[in-house]
Amino acid sequence: MTDATAGPRPNSDAGGKDKPSGPMLAADGTSLKSSLARSMRRQKIKALLLVAPLLIFIMITFIIPIGQMLFRSVENQIVSDTLPRTVVALDSWDAESGDPPSQAVFAAMARDMVVATELNNHTSLGSRLNYETTGLSSLFRQAGREVDDFGEDHTDAFEEIDPLWVEPATWVTMFASDNWVEAHAEWAERAEAAGFGFDELPPPFEFSEGVQEPLPRTSAMFADFARVLRVEDEETPAEEEPWNIVYLSLYEDLAADPSAPSAYDGETRALLEEALAITDTMGPFDYQAAFEEIDEDWLGYDLWSTIQTFSPSYTPGYFLASIDRQLTPDGVEVVDDDRKIYGTLFLRTMVMSLMITFSCILLGYPVAWLLANLPMRTANVLMILVLLPFWTSLLVRTSAWKVLLQQQGVINDLLVWLGLVNDASRLALINNQTGTIIAMTHILLPFMILPLYSVMKTVPPSYLRAAKSLGATNWTAFWRVYFPQSVPGIGAGSILVFILSIGYYITPEIVGGTKGVFISNRIAYHISSSLNWGLAAALGSILLALVLVLYWLYDRIVGIDNVNLGG
Amino acid sequence: MADTANESSFVAFERVQKSYDGENLVVKDLNLAMPKGEFLTMLGPSGSGKTTCLMMLAGFETATHGEIKLDGRPINNIPPHKRGIGMVFQNYALFPHMTVAENLAFPLEVRKIGKSDREKKITRALDMVEMGNFGGRRPAQLSGGQQQRIALARALVFEPELVLMDEPLGALDKQLRETLQFEITNLAHRLGITVVYVTHDQTEALTMSDRVAVFDDGRIQQLAPPDQLYESPENSFVAQFIGENNTLEGVIKEVKGDTCIVQLDSGDVIDAKPVNVSKAGERTKVSIRPERVEYNKDRLQEGAHTLKAEVMEFIYMGDIFRTRLKVAGKEDFVMKTRNAPDQVRLTPGSQIEIGWLPDDCRALDA
Ligand SMILES: Nc1ncnc2c1ncn2[C@@H]1O[C@H](COP(=O)(O)OP(=O)(O)OP(=O)(O)O)[C@@H](O)[C@H]1O
Ligand SMILES: [Mg+2]
Repeated sequence: MTDATAGPRPNSDAGGKDKPSGPMLAADGTSLKSSLARSMRRQKIKALLLVAPLLIFIMITFIIPIGQMLFRSVENQIVSDTLPRTVVALDSWDAESGDPPSQAVFAAMARDMVVATELNNHTSLGSRLNYETTGLSSLFRQAGREVDDFGEDHTDAFEEIDPLWVEPATWVTMFASDNWVEAHAEWAERAEAAGFGFDELPPPFEFSEGVQEPLPRTSAMFADFARVLRVEDEETPAEEEPWNIVYLSLYEDLAADPSAPSAYDGETRALLEEALAITDTMGPFDYQAAFEEIDEDWLGYDLWSTIQTFSPSYTPGYFLASIDRQLTPDGVEVVDDDRKIYGTLFLRTMVMSLMITFSCILLGYPVAWLLANLPMRTANVLMILVLLPFWTSLLVRTSAWKVLLQQQGVINDLLVWLGLVNDASRLALINNQTGTIIAMTHILLPFMILPLYSVMKTVPPSYLRAAKSLGATNWTAFWRVYFPQSVPGIGAGSILVFILSIGYYITPEIVGGTKGVFISNRIAYHISSSLNWGLAAALGSILLALVLVLYWLYDRIVGIDNVNLGG
Repeated sequence: MADTANESSFVAFERVQKSYDGENLVVKDLNLAMPKGEFLTMLGPSGSGKTTCLMMLAGFETATHGEIKLDGRPINNIPPHKRGIGMVFQNYALFPHMTVAENLAFPLEVRKIGKSDREKKITRALDMVEMGNFGGRRPAQLSGGQQQRIALARALVFEPELVLMDEPLGALDKQLRETLQFEITNLAHRLGITVVYVTHDQTEALTMSDRVAVFDDGRIQQLAPPDQLYESPENSFVAQFIGENNTLEGVIKEVKGDTCIVQLDSGDVIDAKPVNVSKAGERTKVSIRPERVEYNKDRLQEGAHTLKAEVMEFIYMGDIFRTRLKVAGKEDFVMKTRNAPDQVRLTPGSQIEIGWLPDDCRALDA
């Protein structure tokens, strides 16, 4: 509105141009559209404010967790985070050659392992890789105990040349910038003054200029050493003798480039030059042999191919595992028959949920009909009976079914007493699919009855009367007139029951035995026992997708407007 | 038209009683006989048992006592769907999940009528109610009046001889109601069907029916053609229920053949026609229609008794004048006069004398 204050111009001003109908103008001369938009905007903001608390609540408790779940089902950064050097070095390894990787890969692995062990990351990496190839977990745990000794002999050799090498101060003088030394001194002072309970982190390590270039391996390793000390122990290189692997790196730097000390012009140059002698006395460290000594499997194909396959930050591995597939260097493969479980579980979950939904319809429909057609007072009593299960603990109800259904339980006793079942061949009603279906049908029945009832309540009895007066028998009147009008209730109830049962967990867990458990039980197992959250997330995502697909199908076939959830 | 129960009648209620709860009789001793082709309306205040009677006839309620006969056969034990009675409900009860044509096909399908026959009949029924183009619509896509027509067509499509209608026009506006009233009576007479029609609306009852049964308290108070009902109500309930009515209370002083003399509670004496009073000394309510009240002495009979009246209010209503009078101590006595050139407009406060022909003043039960 550039001209809001000017108001509408008289028509004669239009310069002879014939413009009979410009935009509609409001009383103050602004266009009607924009003033409408302005007045609506305030209402919209108000409406937004009203829903904001719920929106935020749902964002935090629902959308974000689901997003995280979806993310976790493909996320795989642990490998590249824990073994950064190895992943890079392994890139060039050709798994199909059948040979173990080169020394460089083992060297990278040794360095990564030292850091991981100090940070205590190697075990979680081991568990992660163990999901893909069994046995890797123990391999990593074992190696974690040994790698810090790699290069011990080289350390001793350095000490022999000059005992100064085992002084932390030597290393600080060689690598640290003046800045850091100063900051560190101040930090140490503060720590002294504060005494116990001082929890300020030491300043992050800074290299002095001109040291990283001549000694690349050593400074890289020393950086890791300083970083780990800082975050793990809240300490600094000023107090700790470096790891063996740092000495080994220095050895390799000197061996690779004997001119390195002369390129360095710090205080410790003389010391370095003196240390050059070590390349004459000591041979290079054989990483591969060292790992082999820990366990022969370190030279095996499985470990390295697994690491290589799962080195990317994102992996379809969990999803493949969810559908009984496996990612191998040769591509996707079906897992062995004896490890196939998820396909069966998904199928069983679907089929049994359908059966539960169907039995809920069969049992719930007549009850809902009675509820809707009985006189108010009787209907209320019946309604309380329907709702009663909601007021009892789920666990209690499920456990009650255990008591009722077991082989020596009430129902079997009754059947035997009635002579319907032979005492020797009592029915197995629990710890199998029958048990799950019976108990779940009972538990989910109200979710079928309530929407059915709310729909039936709105069907006026005059329809049935009209049908009969038009000549329909009771059955025809019901089937052609009443039933079609109760379909929205069946739809709503079925969606509720099916979706609830597809994700149900407690009841199948208690009464399902091994044959009657659902996919959700497996998800729970991975969440709380095996701690394979990635797989749990993938299974959950597939379940979510399945529900959405079914919902879409339902919409296509029945139409979602045909669902009445009450009112 | 007003046949008696003795004649071979098409629909007959014989001493029918109905109780829902075993304590109160909702219908008490109902006797009714209808010849074929009659349009009979049940009229009465809410809760007087009209719907109950209809439901018993349709078979949705059973009579507690007595017999209902259709075409001479007792139907107490015949289920509703075998009675072959068409029915139009107050809320139309069109099946919402079927199109108009499907709704009409329903009674034909359950009667196993062939497809081509069915289509012919549906087209005929829709044309009959002038809804020929609406066969493909859903009931929800029709206006109230259109739904009503479809409901009517559906009740007629299987050619029942008896059609029951329970306040079928109750939900429509006045103009539409009048159109449909006309259409329904027209159709009924043209097809020669027998109709039992229930309504609250006395104008509707009077304009549509061959005979009207006035219900109150579970009994038929009077069963008569509309004109008789209006002009010669047989008891004070009917007199008050049908049309506007002035009531004065008093005691019979003397009965002389066709006329009697009533002394009102105010002491005044008037002429009246004894209807259901027989001897002097009985209490009575006399009823006079407002349009039969006369204040012009020239038009009254020689020697007729007159009453003093004070004009309370004069209302101009276009075609008529409505004058409220204070008569015999009552202030709600109404007189209606035609708006004619010679008609005087009475001013409030003026004193006049009013009277009537003895035949127009009916002495009824108290
Ligand atoms: N299903 C029922 N159960 C119990 N009492 C009922 C039932 N239906 C009707 N009644 C009672 O019977 C009496 C007559 O009801 P009915 O419906 O026949 O009246 P009506 O004349 O049709 O009234 P309206 O003009 O309001 O429709 C009423 O007092 C009502 O309360
Ligand atoms: Mg009624």
